[in-house]
Amino acid sequence: MTSSAQGPTPLIQMRGIVKRFGAFTANGGIDLDIVAGEAHALLGENGAGKSTLVKILYGLLEPSEGEILFNGTPVHFANPEAARAAGIGMVFQHFSLFDNLTVAENIGLVLPKGERLADLPERIAGVTQRYGLSLEADRAVWTLSAGERQRIEIARCLLQDPKLIILDEPTSVLTPQEAGRLFATLDVLRSEGRAILYISHKLEEVRRLCDRATVLRGGRVVATCNPRDESARSLAAMMVGTHVVEVRSTRLDAAGPARLAVSRLSMPAENMHGVALRDVSLQVRGGEVLGIAGIAGNGQDEFFAALSGERLAAAAGAVRIDGLSVGRNDITARRQFGAAFVPEERNGHAAAPDFSLSQNVILSRHATGDVAHGMLVDLPAARQLAREIIAAFDVRAGSVDPAARTLSGGNLQKFLVGREVSRKPSVLVLNQPTWGVDAAASAFIRQQLIDLARQGSAVLVISQDLDELFEIADRIAVIHHGSVSDTRDARRTTREEIGLLMGGAGDDRVNRSHAH
Amino acid sequence: MRIDLQARSARSPFLEVLSPFAALLTAIVIGGLVIAAIGKSPVEALFVYFLEPLGDPWALTELAVKAAPLILIAIGLSFCYRANLWNIGAEGQFVMGGLTGGMIAVVTHDGVGQEVLGSWWVLPAMLLAGTLAGLLYAMIPAILKVRLGASEILTSLMLVYIADMILDYLVRGPLRDPNGFNFPQSVPFDDIARMPFLMAGERLHGGIVIALIAVALASFVMRRTLFGFDVALVGSAPKAARFAGFSDAKLTLAVFAISGGAAGLAGVCEVAGQIGQLQPVISPGYGFAAIIVAFLGRLQPWGILCAGLVLALTTIGGESAQISMKVPLDMTRAFQGILLMCVLAADVFTRYSLRITFARRA
Repeated sequence: MTSSAQGPTPLIQMRGIVKRFGAFTANGGIDLDIVAGEAHALLGENGAGKSTLVKILYGLLEPSEGEILFNGTPVHFANPEAARAAGIGMVFQHFSLFDNLTVAENIGLVLPKGERLADLPERIAGVTQRYGLSLEADRAVWTLSAGERQRIEIARCLLQDPKLIILDEPTSVLTPQEAGRLFATLDVLRSEGRAILYISHKLEEVRRLCDRATVLRGGRVVATCNPRDESARSLAAMMVGTHVVEVRSTRLDAAGPARLAVSRLSMPAENMHGVALRDVSLQVRGGEVLGIAGIAGNGQDEFFAALSGERLAAAAGAVRIDGLSVGRNDITARRQFGAAFVPEERNGHAAAPDFSLSQNVILSRHATGDVAHGMLVDLPAARQLAREIIAAFDVRAGSVDPAARTLSGGNLQKFLVGREVSRKPSVLVLNQPTWGVDAAASAFIRQQLIDLARQGSAVLVISQDLDELFEIADRIAVIHHGSVSDTRDARRTTREEIGLLMGGAGDDRVNRSHAH
Repeated sequence: MRIDLQARSARSPFLEVLSPFAALLTAIVIGGLVIAAIGKSPVEALFVYFLEPLGDPWALTELAVKAAPLILIAIGLSFCYRANLWNIGAEGQFVMGGLTGGMIAVVTHDGVGQEVLGSWWVLPAMLLAGTLAGLLYAMIPAILKVRLGASEILTSLMLVYIADMILDYLVRGPLRDPNGFNFPQSVPFDDIARMPFLMAGERLHGGIVIALIAVALASFVMRRTLFGFDVALVGSAPKAARFAGFSDAKLTLAVFAISGGAAGLAGVCEVAGQIGQLQPVISPGYGFAAIIVAFLGRLQPWGILCAGLVLALTTIGGESAQISMKVPLDMTRAFQGILLMCVLAADVFTRYSLRITFARRA
């Protein structure tokens, strides 16, 4: 920890980095020092300039101004190969692996030209043992969990003996237990004198792992601090620039009758890489928020599609809205029965990116919003409704009725949640409602969901963000390999228990042998 | 050196309007180079192709006659293309429409002014039958797509040649005029089976009126109806269209029905209008040229109206260039092909900007 003090030449010095995209300045003169052996956190909201800065460091983008010093010598990375050759490795949030190849083949593919492949298995074994990355070299990637896939990426990176390893949101796809193993690996790396640049918005993690943090806001450095001297709240305040409003969750006194009921819902996988839903049963009562935790790719999208009616169930009774069997009804009918839906993907699923906000109102409200009469659309009514949603849900739009894709993630999500919540639906189903959304907008959206539930609606939130679920959910269930566990009272369960279920611990026993 | 296409952050309405004109201009320049390469004067060709017809009353009516089927077919195709569905077979649907409508004319033929076998209902029946035939013929690729996932590009294109062969066979065989000196053509249609002509003694017939009605109707449907919204949504964000509750399969069938029906109607208008009988070939490639018209008109109804007139102009100009300058008629097709490429390229540049970087070494 003393390494952060004035001492030897830092490993990396970024000096006055400026990056402009047309009129937009993503990085407005950033200085960043990284010292050998330290874990350095890069904090900031979406759009603060973290990705741009890291891409410049990794040779993916060229800075408009400024310079990078490596061990005190100015360097210029024309591409990622040059950065890797100099000793900078990066583990991306989204893996670039070939599903049908084995672990060893995936690692062999990215080695620099001219390296011998014969001793590769030995080298992989050496790296994985030393850093506790348990990997089976001849397993095909598609059979692996997200945590294992990430270990391949890390092993790939380590085979090139990097001096700096950049990790972009590494725990977003991990269970708490897998994250713990990752931290252990990172501790070994640091003890060897390697530096780590850690990009995350999970502030507790940063406090646990990092010696120093650089906080970006609006493309500039606003603070450099020791995260252990700060609280998660004070770090969040630095990122946002203002005090973050806390979500107020009133105690749920008595939940009403089941408004959304799923019983024995099974559905085959849609394609080779899809997930089958297996015998899912649960009930969401009026007044409560039910959270579905789980690691990405365990059937969340399939479950959402089955609830929304984008895919139909085999039996009408598999999905019931206010007692009505709707399993065979399409999404329009389910909306007319009072349900509303907010899918994960904002641009392209929940909204058409090139369509204006008012047209996007028609998209989900044509059957329930008085914006279409028979076969005709009522454009003035749609514009009026869009204006009301923009005002009520604090959507900051650049012009009167802009295209959806021109809005920031947080503002578009507020609009899309507002589009559904303003209907006062009896049932609201959301998938990853605050994914990639800034802290202020996240807090606003979560508050809207709690308020809607307390007015008597049933709210089901599918999320990979445990912090979010513990903040807003009254009960939590876990989805794993297409099965959904029993629900647990959010106040009586722990992250560890949910984390174990996310990793599949609940699969061995008979799920519904007892009511919790 | 590296050439990158960078997505523009916002669409510029100015560029969107400009792009068809830029495309037309570029195509004229490239066409001029080709004309020069075959040893003719590009300046003279420009005059003959684009300006001469505009000063000639006969050529002006001819322009409307040739533009009518192009516009009608392109209006239908624009529904398909907006939804990212690629009906390339309008030519075949046109032929099937003309053939089926024409068969009614042949069957009710009993000589000029007799009206024994048919009366006022013959022409409406022909128009209806032609529309239905084009529609049903377009259902083949649509159903293959919906049920089996077959590429509609290939199936619709291949069906063009089948339609051509069917027409060819029937006109040389069962439908041949018994008193026609063995020429491969049907009996001339009776007057009751002909489109009304707008001006006495001219070739301008009711087809242009139908085309104009189609433009106005399409404009309304695209802007004001939920169906038009659905078509645009499917083309722009298919997953969002499913989320909106629209069915892919129904939409595919619907837009193919519209485009096939429009092409079939254009086909029957053509045989009942300027041709007046069935022949082995009833289209000079209207169904393919209409693809260019649809894109040159930016898939907008009123744009298609203008684009149809431009394409018709090149066809007429090509005919007079053949006569006065001895430029081969294939030059017209070549020019239309160049124009399509330019339109598509211009469209790319409205959405992306070109950036050329010269690699620097680290």
